[in-house]
Parts: sequence; C-alpha cells; structure tokens
Amino acid sequence: MPTLTIDGIEVTVEPGSTVLQACEAAGKEIPRFCYHERLSIAGNCRMCLVEQEKAPKPIASCAMPAADGMVIKTDTPMVKKAREGVMEFLLINHPLDCPICDQGGECDLQDQAMGYGRGTSRYDENKRAVKDKYMGPLIETVMTRCIHCTRCIRFAQEIAGVPELGAIGRGEDMQITTYLEQALTSELSGNVIDLCPVGALTSKPYAFTARAWELRKTESVDVMDAVGANIRIDVRGREVMRVLPRLNEEVNEEWLSDKSRFAYDGLKHRRLDRPYVRKDDKLQEASWGEAFAAIANALQGLNGSQIAAIAGDLACAESVMALKDLMGKLGSPNLDCRQDGAKIDPATRAGYLFNSGIAGIEEADAILLVGTNPRREAALINARIRKRYLRGNVKIGLIGEQVPLTYRVDYLGAGPSTLKDIAEGKHAFADVLKSAQRPMLIIGQGALTRADGAAILALARQVAENCGLVKDGWNGFNMLHTAASRVGALDLGFVPGEGGRDVAAIQAGAISGAVKFVYLLGADELDTSAFGSAFVVYQGSHGDAGAKRADVILPGAAYPEKDATWVNTEGRVQLGRRAAVPPGEAREDWAIIRALSDVLGQTLPYDNLGQLRRRMLEAAPHFAAVDKLTPAAWGSFGTPGSITDAPFKSPIDDFYLTNPIARASAVMAECSAIARGETTPKTGTHD
Amino acid sequence: MSGVHIAPPEQQPASFEFTPENLELAKKIIAKYPQGRQQSAVMPLLDLAQRQHDNWVPQAAIRYIAEMLGMPVIRVLEVASFYTMYNLAPVGKNFIQVCTTTPCWLRGSDKVVAACKKHLGIGPGETTPDGKFTVIEVECLGACVNAPMMQIGDDFYEDLDEESTGKILEALKRGETPKPGPQNGRLSSEPFGGPTTLTSFNPPASAGGSDD
Repeated sequence: MPTLTIDGIEVTVEPGSTVLQACEAAGKEIPRFCYHERLSIAGNCRMCLVEQEKAPKPIASCAMPAADGMVIKTDTPMVKKAREGVMEFLLINHPLDCPICDQGGECDLQDQAMGYGRGTSRYDENKRAVKDKYMGPLIETVMTRCIHCTRCIRFAQEIAGVPELGAIGRGEDMQITTYLEQALTSELSGNVIDLCPVGALTSKPYAFTARAWELRKTESVDVMDAVGANIRIDVRGREVMRVLPRLNEEVNEEWLSDKSRFAYDGLKHRRLDRPYVRKDDKLQEASWGEAFAAIANALQGLNGSQIAAIAGDLACAESVMALKDLMGKLGSPNLDCRQDGAKIDPATRAGYLFNSGIAGIEEADAILLVGTNPRREAALINARIRKRYLRGNVKIGLIGEQVPLTYRVDYLGAGPSTLKDIAEGKHAFADVLKSAQRPMLIIGQGALTRADGAAILALARQVAENCGLVKDGWNGFNMLHTAASRVGALDLGFVPGEGGRDVAAIQAGAISGAVKFVYLLGADELDTSAFGSAFVVYQGSHGDAGAKRADVILPGAAYPEKDATWVNTEGRVQLGRRAAVPPGEAREDWAIIRALSDVLGQTLPYDNLGQLRRRMLEAAPHFAAVDKLTPAAWGSFGTPGSITDAPFKSPIDDFYLTNPIARASAVMAECSAIARGETTPKTGTHD
Repeated sequence: MSGVHIAPPEQQPASFEFTPENLELAKKIIAKYPQGRQQSAVMPLLDLAQRQHDNWVPQAAIRYIAEMLGMPVIRVLEVASFYTMYNLAPVGKNFIQVCTTTPCWLRGSDKVVAACKKHLGIGPGETTPDGKFTVIEVECLGACVNAPMMQIGDDFYEDLDEESTGKILEALKRGETPKPGPQNGRLSSEPFGGPTTLTSFNPPASAGGSDD
C-alpha cells in the first residue's frame, strides 16, 4: 500500500490508486473536467495538475499512479499558475455564454473558472464555432461549449455499452457526435447530461425552463421500474421541472434511466384532477361526496366474495395497506397486486426478491438470465451486469428472447425446456453454475406471466437448490420485477386470501357476474374491457385505460406528490417524499381510501400517516428497516407441474411507455417513436 | 481547412463493397495482425477503399469496413476523419495537394498556388466544374529539400515554380502524365548544378534515378 505525502499530510491508499485519489484521501480538492471515478482515465483536460517533488513539470494527477514515497504539493504558486494556464486555453474556444446557458449555476467550468480564471482574456483571434449535433429528443447540444473532455464518449462506450458517440476530426476541428447524428439508442443516454462538465450537453425537455437556483429540491425514489433508483425532484412552484439521480451505491450508483429522468412531463398531462361518476354511460364531474356516495350505493347489499380489488404497478405501500384493510373490513378475499398475472408465490419472501441485491451482481461469477430482457425491464440492473461483465471472469447465460444486451451472453435456449435441463443437471450451464463461487439466477416476469408460470418458478427454485445458488452468506436467486409497487404489495399480503380470486379469476368472475364490484388502485396494464358489467372504481393519477372503464374515478396523487413508501425488487424499503402538490381535487391515495372507509361505515383505524405506517410495521416488520436490505429466509415456492415449450417473452415491448405517467409524456412518446423507427429524426444537417 | 467535410447524403452511394481483388488484398492485410487485433487493419482498409472509390471514402465504405472488422461505425469514422489523407467527399480526378508549410512557403509556394488558380481557375479547397481537378493546401509532405512541391495523386512534383507548375497542369489537362520528381533538372535532392562533393565518384548507370 503506497504512502504519499500530500501538502505535508501522509496518506496511505489502495494499490492502483492515482495521485488524484490520494489527494482526495488527504482532503485536498483537485479541479478536474475529464476525470470521473466511474469512467476510464483519459487525462486530456490537464486541469488536475499538481506538483510532484523532483519532477521537472507539473503532473496530471488523474493519470499518475500513486507510488510509495511520492511528495505531492497541490497548493503551490506553480500549481496555481499551471492550472490558470490550462483554464486560459480551455476558455479560448469556450463561448462564455453563461447567461443563456442551462448549465449556468451548476457548471464545473464556471465554478473552476472562479478559482483559476484570469478574469480577462488575452485572446484576440476569432473563436471557434461548432455546429450543434442531433442526439435524439432528450439531449440538447450546444457544441461550441464543448471542451472535449470525452466523458460522454467514455460513458456511452463503457457504462451504457452502446459505442455510438465519438470524436471526429482533430485538433481545433474535433467534434463530439453520434454517427451521422443519429439518436443515441441507449436507455441511459440522459446520464451524459449529468456527466458533461459544461453546457454542451443539456436536457432538451428542461431547456430554458428554469435556473438551478430557483428550484426546490426534494429527495425521493423513482417508480418507473422496480429498481427504485434514488432521485432528486426539482420543483418550481407547483411544477416538477426535472428529475435527477441521487447517489446510492447499492441501487443506482449515480445513474438514472431515461424513463425515470424524462417521463416527468407526463405529470402535467391527462391528469385526473377531480372525481368523476358515470351517469347515463358518460363520465361526469362530481364532488368527492357524490363519488363516495356512488361507491357506497354500488356496494349496498354485496357480500365480500362479490367485491374485488387490484393494485397497479405504481401503487405505494401505504395505499396498498389501506386498501387491503378496507377489503378486509368488507369481507373480501379477492385481492391481487399481480395485474400481469405473474405466478409469483407470495408465501416465501425469498421467492420473489432480488435476494443478492443489485450490488451483489458485482460479486457474481456466473449469471443465468431467465425470461428477461434486463435492458428494458431494469436498465440500471443491466448496467450493473455490464459493469460486472467488463471486469471479466463471468459467464452469462440467457434463456429467452435473443435480444441485443450490452454484454456478451451465451444463448442457451428460448423456453422452459432449457431451464428444465439445467435444473436436472443435463445442461452444460448447470456445471458452470455449480462450479461458480457466487452463482446467480435472474428470473424475469416474462417467465412467470404465463399459464405454466408456477411450474417455471418451481424449476427456477430447483436450479437454485441443485446448482448451489443458495449458500452461507449468499442467495443468488433473484427475481426481477418491473412494477415499483409489486414487492411492497406482496410483503403486505395484497394477494388472494382464503378462497380468494386472483386477477384472472376476478375478471372471469366479473364476466360471469359473480364479482360485482372491482376496485382498481392505479391498475391500467391489464385488459380493462374484461370486467363485464361489474361496477369499477378507478383510483389513480392519470386518465389511462383503467379510468376509461371506470364507473367512479377517484383522483389520486402521482409519485412526486405524496409521502409514500415503495419497496424495490431487492426488497429495499425506500421513502418517497412529497415534492409537489397533486392537481385540483386529487389527494394522497391512502387518505382517499381512509375517507371512503368512513363513508362506508368501515372506518380504518388510522388518522394520519404515522399511524398507518405503524399498521404497516405490524403487517410486515421489515418496513422499519428503511433503505436497508432485510435478508429473507429460503423456503419452498412455486408449484412443480407440466411446462409448455412456448418461448419466453419479455413483458415490456416498449421501454418508454410502461405506465400511465410515461404514456402521458410527450417526450416518452417521441423516444418511443424513434426507437420503433417510425419517425426519421432530423439530422441537423438538412433542416 | 475547417471542420470535417463529409459528403451530403445525396452524394453518398447506397452501398460499397470491395472488388474481388481488393477483398483478397483486404484479407491479407487483416491477416497481418494477431487474433483479436484485427481492428488495427482499419487504416489500410480505408486506404484501399479510397483507392477503389475515386479517391474518396463514402459512408457506405465506412460501415462496410466497420462490419468487416467488428468495430462500432463511429470508431471507423473517427479514424477516417482524424487523418486528412482520407477524403470523405468527392475530389477531382487529379487531386493536387500543394504544400504551403514554412520551407515550401519560403521557397515560393504562393506562386504554385497562384499558378493553380491561373491555369485551373480554382483556389485551395475547390474543385473544377468538370470534376477533373481538386486543389488543396496541405501541411508538410516531407520533401522540404525539394521545396516548393505538390503531390498529385501518389506522385511528388518538386522544385516547382510558376512556369513548371503551369506546364504540369496543362499536361494533365491534355490527359498526359508529366514526369514526377524535380522539375528544375536536378537529380533527386542533389545540389542544383551538379554534385559538389564526391565529384570523382561515378555511380554505375543502374544506380541513378536520372536519365539526363
């Protein structure tokens, strides 16, 4: 372990560290543009120059390996002069248009120019001007501002795994672009906006809408997929202006998928801002009282078995708990949170969690993907797998759709028979799993949302048990969910009770007339035409499929508009915080259910969020361990049975349009159209 | 030169393939590099494509080479746009590169450029309307000892002045191929007016480059 002296402070750093990291360990701040701790080292901006004793010139600390006995100085006049020189060169071709630049106020170049800028320019020649590039509907480019740090190129190549960005030309003519200005095809492309240290790459939807210092910042969690990425919601007034990632090494590192980052404009469109009641076969505006009265009227004389409730993909744990309690009071066992019909076994918690944790992927040395396309279902988990892949010594097998992932996989087969072969040890990949130290299986919803899903789940368990996926200190059985609400609802037991109906049976019952009342808690991604003549209540934030079918609509809050809990695919309990206010008459979801219970004469025993959360702790004690992983005990799950050989299919056809918020977003619609190749993006050269 | 000049889509051919002979040659070039390092062949292959395709590399060829070498397309474009010797837009049949770097400039490269303007009617960076000539200014081509000079196609024409440049251009216009090398009568880079050292040494006839 090398020991260095930095400005007189002795530090010892890990072997393989750089001088810059050693300086940071000593508490010295080193300015930088090209260096980023999650990207490879480029060493081309030269801003991180420091003085090394006995070296004739300043050294670029980001690219210099730390060696034992180095004496580094970071605050000498020589260092300051060298950095001022670098800054002067960087500013030669930088337009200094900070007043009209979206990066203004949160710009590395702006900040560091305060420390190392000369104040006046000695440059009298013409500045370079670069034509802006088209990079898709998400990334705004002002390429004259680019300082060629190449962070975006390295991100696309290394993290996103889509080597589509590059630098063409040379010297002063060097330009960052995609090949012939095509849109980036990555689900993580928005991260280059955060990485860009200047205002060359900025957010297109956010362009010219707000200044960084006007925004109220609220830390929350994302619900666009089941990863539970940590986000910061920036709000001005009542309006969500942008969503940014927040650092969480365990979950999203510092990345965010494009859907999570850019779907927020869907919060402004197609909102349910007041209750509606269907009269004369038309939904008509109503007051809360009228809506509740209509529900009470519909429930009159129904017994519990005629009532059912389905929780959708964005529902928070609080509303799920409240609805479960209400259904209990009404005597209904017909609850389900698996609106896609996935044959998840709710009895064993380990059977529906991503047990190893997302960070656990980095320890895995053999990964079997079953019926999943992680790139679409959980782009950040896909990025973790790629991170692991790049370190080498990992075997990744894929059973399912042959899709372009961002790492090399051994394609093993399309359907359950291959999984069966592995479970029975007849397939070569079984030996790969058995001989691995940290083997892992990731089963997607595509393998479970089919008639033989329970048998496939049992096969997956068999693989886990036979191939040593579950051992001391390691559980490599991982289920990848796509719905933010799913694990929380399973934890709280929002599943059919004794003799209760699941989603398919609820719909069958509705058609046959056995079920007369269905409560949809934000459930849109199911066949909403299959509720027969049942009375349907839709509670949610957007006028999507569920609201269209509903007889009564109760307007709820979307995820940035409520204090709520979500549990991600790992089983990590995370708190979302209220950043904005719901539009119009819309209310927080649990409060709606609480108010309804009062009207129905079945008053729920909690009057505020704290009491409701205590109720949740009773139902599932691990809700107390916020932000932490609570290991789940292994057990039996799935139902062995016959399997068909139909190939697995990912549940997500269109990455950009998976939930009501994303479907209401114009930005997501444009991304989706480009991804499907329906519109030819303008190239920027011929407009 | 400013920026990277890529031919607009209407000038780009829809597809590109090596001729059978060039494909053979390409395979030989790729085979020179060790397993897993085939991408190193990108520069010779781009050159091969340029030679096959009227002295410019179309985007179809860039995609073709990227696929052949298993590289991302943007990486091939990076290489092709980095080196000025690859033309990414059509050039004239006679591609004239006039060196205007300091030694040539001191020895009168301005006059060579002026002669091009006079005889062809085009300045640096331009192509004649008939597509026969393109003139560009380039940095040092490494023939300073014979300054000023220009490169036409693969040949160096050296020790130029206004008159000899005009002669060469007129000969090219007539469809002839003027003799490459020094245009003022000296032998390669020997002193003008004959050798001043080793005067007693008579090289055997076969060793000399001159047939004066």
